Amino acid sequence: MSGRVLVGVKRVIDYAVKIRVKPDNSGVVTDGVKHSMNPFCEIAVEEAVKLKEKKLIKEVVAVSCGPQQSQETIRTALAMGADRGIHVEVAGKDYETLGPLQVSKIMAALAKKEDAQLLILGKQAIDDDCNQTGQMTAALLDWPQGTFASEVSLDGDKVKVVREIDGGLETIKISTPAVLTADLRLNTPRYATLPNIMKAKKKKIANVKPADLGVDLTSRLEVLKVEEPPQREAGVKVETVEDLVGKLKETGRI
Amino acid sequence: MKMLLNKVFRAGLRSGIRLQSSAAANAALSSSNGSLGFSFELTDQQKEFQQLARRFAREEIIPVAPAYDKSGEYPVPLIRKAWELGLVNGHIPQEYGGMGLSNFDSCLITEELAYACTGVQTAMEANSLGQMPVILAGNDAQKRKYLGRMTEEPLMCAYCVTEPGAGSDVANIQTRAVKVGDEYVVNGQKMWITNGGKANWYFLLARTNPDPKCPASKAFTGFIVDADTPGVTPGRKEMNMGQRCSDTRGITFEDVRIPKENVLIGEGAGFKIAMGAFDNTRPPVAAGATGLAQRALDEATNYALERKTFGRAIADHQAVSFILAEMAMKVELARMAYQRSAWEVDQGRRNTYYASIAKAFAGDVANQVATDAVQVFGGNGFNSEYPVEKLMRDAKIYQIYEGTAQIQRIIIAREHLGRFKK
Repeated sequence: MSGRVLVGVKRVIDYAVKIRVKPDNSGVVTDGVKHSMNPFCEIAVEEAVKLKEKKLIKEVVAVSCGPQQSQETIRTALAMGADRGIHVEVAGKDYETLGPLQVSKIMAALAKKEDAQLLILGKQAIDDDCNQTGQMTAALLDWPQGTFASEVSLDGDKVKVVREIDGGLETIKISTPAVLTADLRLNTPRYATLPNIMKAKKKKIANVKPADLGVDLTSRLEVLKVEEPPQREAGVKVETVEDLVGKLKETGRI
Repeated sequence: MKMLLNKVFRAGLRSGIRLQSSAAANAALSSSNGSLGFSFELTDQQKEFQQLARRFAREEIIPVAPAYDKSGEYPVPLIRKAWELGLVNGHIPQEYGGMGLSNFDSCLITEELAYACTGVQTAMEANSLGQMPVILAGNDAQKRKYLGRMTEEPLMCAYCVTEPGAGSDVANIQTRAVKVGDEYVVNGQKMWITNGGKANWYFLLARTNPDPKCPASKAFTGFIVDADTPGVTPGRKEMNMGQRCSDTRGITFEDVRIPKENVLIGEGAGFKIAMGAFDNTRPPVAAGATGLAQRALDEATNYALERKTFGRAIADHQAVSFILAEMAMKVELARMAYQRSAWEVDQGRRNTYYASIAKAFAGDVANQVATDAVQVFGGNGFNSEYPVEKLMRDAKIYQIYEGTAQIQRIIIAREHLGRFKK
């Protein structure tokens, strides 16, 4: 086994920012807005670094697809303990239409090229909430997948994954190479320490173009409109349970 | 100001872009080949340091700061966590296990931590003050022994100069050190020592030349004293107005024996060492005051946008928005002042003039802005359920410690007039 783990990290608008829709309803405002690493991607990086610290794997490679600024996201992963980075340059129009299908093609190509033992991704990104990239990548590679992972343990060439599902927890055992997606309770991501931020500057980030990987970025989706959710209206107070039932019937809720 | 605007316009025209915003203008300036030399831009690494400190401060310190203020308990878990992240002991050179950060980078971190709680931040900053004489004047063996241990475990140290009878008038301290064989025997009383009860070692200033006619520049000696030396007795923790979780005590020295290896530079060199440390520690103190002021401004602004009176948010009333505007002016200027003073010392220049200006100004600003914040909050501001009364209590000490507001003015006047007389 190569002992190499690929971790996908996505640069998204910071979770604390108040999102505003562009006046032309074509998307959300991103210019000058604070961006950071997707929280589920942080959890993915933390898991990979933990595996390396336990000496179960040998190398952690952080991958990000996007414009120049994606390199900052890779640097954060390096400061958390990843060994090197790969920046897949996607900019302009291509970046606007970049979605799970394109990213999973890129990830699949890189996983093969890097002879990865594991590919760990966040379960979804907090900007589009797609929850598709991990699953699609596994399908393209024909690899087993352990999604919504809240616990991961390596055992030789097998991985035991405890998955968070609607009914509770499901434990599966899959063989490597495999794709895992990180859920919230998998771990608590560490702060990058000051010494590690300084060391991260010396770590390498390779530049790759999607064309070099033979990936076609054309999107099959067209975004028609983006709008804010309807304003929340004031509620109405009622005196008794009968009133409540009556009101619910009135508005056709029951 | 007008000259700068003209330069901005010309730079913009040269690179052929329309100046839509100041952000665009700044981008044009940095990319056009007419580098102005003077830059307000942080490097990527500085931004990352700042981000780390900010995240730690907001997620770890802010939630627990009110509780520490109430109890006065020393924030051991926070200091340990900060130490593990490399946020403490930034000044220690790399060869002794430290980060060897520039003064500027340390100040960036300090401002972020102070934003969360200046009590916690002062406990951490007191380490820098205690270490500075050793960093500046220690020999290799002393640095290895006393700085090295700070990076191996989260230990604290303290700067032990002030006495009950002498604060500003350092030359008047009464603690005596008498040479007996290969040791010095120290007797005296120190007061208001930050980290006094928690320090592993102290930088101590004592008078070695008993002749009252001997000038200050020759009469005092700087020592490193292990806190567990017999005869060193920290007093009780003092209950202060603000920064209450910081540990401040009196310390009694009774026939304390210090080996001669622990003398910094040599007998009689102490005064200069003690004073020289300030050029390096006043910028971070100013940064701390700025962090507090920024916090006060942010809290007041958020409140002013939510609280309604006479039919609209109080921020819409000019009386309040003018208060906020003046708070903003002061915070921005305090920041520029400490950044300049830190940058000057990093360039290898004597920065006394700028350091005193920064510390004096930022200390005054912190007090004014914190008081204004309480005013903006109105009745709520006076109450301990809201965060601003703590800021007002915490701010006061910035006009007192590390050189009072009055001493700073003496220094600034002396430096300023000195330039004119040349």
